[in-house]
Amino acid sequence: MATVDLNDVRKVYAGGFEAVKGVSIAIPDKALCVLVGPSGCGKSTLLRMIAGLETISSGTISIDGKVVNNIGPTDRDIAMVFQNYALYPHMSVYDNMAYGLRNRGTPKPEIDSRVRATAKTLELDQLLDRKPRQLSGGQRQRVAMGRAIVRNPKVFLFDEPLSNLDAKLRGQMRVEIKNLQRNLGVTSVYVTHDQLEAMTLADMLVVMNAGVIEQIGAPMDVYEKPASTFVAAFIGAPPMNLMALTHGADGTATVAGGAKIAGHVPEQAAILGLRPEDAIVPAPDATQKGALSLPVAVEAVEPVGMESFLHCAIAGERIVVRVPGRSMVQPGDRLEIAAGLDRLHFFDKDGRRV
Amino acid sequence: MTPRVVFPNRILPYLLLAPQLAITLVFFYLPAVQALYQSMLREDPFGLRSRFVWFANFRKVLADPAYLNALHVTVVFSVATAVVAMGVALLLAVMADKVVRSRGLYRTLLIWPYAVAPAIAGMLFLFMFNPSIGTLAVLLRKAGIAWDPLLNSTDAMVLVVTAAAWKQISYNFLFFVAGLQAIPKSLIEAAAIDGAREVKRFWTIVFPLLAPTTFFLLVINTTYAFFDTFGIIHAVTGGGPGKATETLVYKVYNDGFVNLILGESAAQSVILMIIVIALTAIQFRYVERKVHYG
Ligand SMILES: Nc1ncnc2c1ncn2[C@@H]1O[C@H](COP(=O)(O)OP(=O)(O)OP(=O)(O)O)[C@@H](O)[C@H]1O
Ligand SMILES: [Mg+2]
Repeated sequence: MATVDLNDVRKVYAGGFEAVKGVSIAIPDKALCVLVGPSGCGKSTLLRMIAGLETISSGTISIDGKVVNNIGPTDRDIAMVFQNYALYPHMSVYDNMAYGLRNRGTPKPEIDSRVRATAKTLELDQLLDRKPRQLSGGQRQRVAMGRAIVRNPKVFLFDEPLSNLDAKLRGQMRVEIKNLQRNLGVTSVYVTHDQLEAMTLADMLVVMNAGVIEQIGAPMDVYEKPASTFVAAFIGAPPMNLMALTHGADGTATVAGGAKIAGHVPEQAAILGLRPEDAIVPAPDATQKGALSLPVAVEAVEPVGMESFLHCAIAGERIVVRVPGRSMVQPGDRLEIAAGLDRLHFFDKDGRRV
Repeated sequence: MTPRVVFPNRILPYLLLAPQLAITLVFFYLPAVQALYQSMLREDPFGLRSRFVWFANFRKVLADPAYLNALHVTVVFSVATAVVAMGVALLLAVMADKVVRSRGLYRTLLIWPYAVAPAIAGMLFLFMFNPSIGTLAVLLRKAGIAWDPLLNSTDAMVLVVTAAAWKQISYNFLFFVAGLQAIPKSLIEAAAIDGAREVKRFWTIVFPLLAPTTFFLLVINTTYAFFDTFGIIHAVTGGGPGKATETLVYKVYNDGFVNLILGESAAQSVILMIIVIALTAIQFRYVERKVHYG
């Protein structure tokens, strides 16, 4: 049970490369904080600094109100699940889980009962005598989880723990991790570059880009009010459509070669964002037309089962819209798509939300 | 599955193998068979006639206290050499693994001794530890140790073990460095997070994972100490003082080529051969079982 506070944390690697450029996050007790961002943005670096595996170049990291900058990983009372699981290959599943408890001098009977209890929750009780190499990928993942859980640490750290699993298993484990974390009530930091994982797991979502935080918030808040075009494009699949927006002399704003936006558009807005699922296709009749109406040409249709994505073009802009179910639309068709004013996102020329 | 290579020609493969087989036959099997034959011969004192005596040479050798002494010396010498050479190499490898800057330089320097010929290595140590002129001997004496490998048999043993181990350290070091590098860093990190401090991590994670390397080196080092240390012993102590550093190999040479007792010397070679075959077999059968590969 602990809070984790990062205060203007920076990391400069030996070569002079600044991987984390001043990050501040306050993670409340029992929360699951997900760090998400593209490859190389510094997520792992940040996580490893929380773990104590990397030195902190400047700023402070506190666990439970205590600054841990100068405390090694051994004494931080955290547990980490590695991407490659890092199971001890020469130890049985039982010993892998018991190792941390033994090192901390837990009495033998207690180790035994805790390991067995944890193994039971994770359905590993039949596998306790096996070596890691005798396990499937999913089972190894569970052992890695078990090794973290059994210690009952203050903080769990996860570095892309599901990325080596197939899609189906990943979905299962995602739900399981969420449930486990909630039941155990252990503050957790979870690193992923999968935005679906990020959205479904997070109590608190931190979107990172090139060493800085783009946005912190509850997943749905981040989704509905992306703070920047980067977040808008990163969260959501397919990503938000972004179009250049121009202000005419008469005070009207237009996009895509002339389509007018009816309603108030902030002065500084230079980019218009529209989520694929917020477009109304085909546009309803003129009486209930939205704030924006775009005549587009369909270039490709992507059916994915319960929905289809239409890839459309208009005046040099490409936009993707979602339609439910199977679509009758064919490539080459011309369509009118519309969107309500409350569904439009505006960003300034630097990509900040306005 | 490795793809099977099929030679259309039935003779060509044997022809291609022939040179290698010929060398092995002429230089390894033939002498071995000859030694086996010779070990059952006894020559008269003038070397004019020899008699076939079956196992008499073996009986004589095995009943000879000098031979049992050589056996004892060999065991002490081999165990000490292997332990020292491997222990020091492991220590150096662990330290070199932690060096961040100019790590390559350290490694290169540590590998050099392996290129030194055994006899020269022996001479090096002979000079360094020479009671009257050796630099290290002076230091030892200053430290209050009455150092005299020419008279004291323990000192002599320490000296040959040092020289023999020193030469082998580089080789072991190379393998230990490679072995250490093969251990994923995340395992060490996981162990650190799991509350194991450096020493604990070494004994519970690093050392067990190095086991295949250690086992391999154990075989190599034992064989080395048994066979390849003749040059060092010859240069440093000549088997003395008394017979304190006379190993089995050295005794074979001494009895055969110096004292010209060919039959007995051959019998000793055969015994040596059997010992090494047995040792290797035991090592592979029993030690390997406790090793975790992968
Ligand atoms: N030891 C190091 N020395 C120098 N630069 C490093 C080191 N480790 C990482 N970096 C750099 O720091 C940046 C951030 O790396 P990090 O591993 O944190 O990325 P990440 O966000 O976890 O990416 P991924 O999703 O691919 O795992 C990268 O540009 C990387 O090249
Ligand atoms: Mg990473």
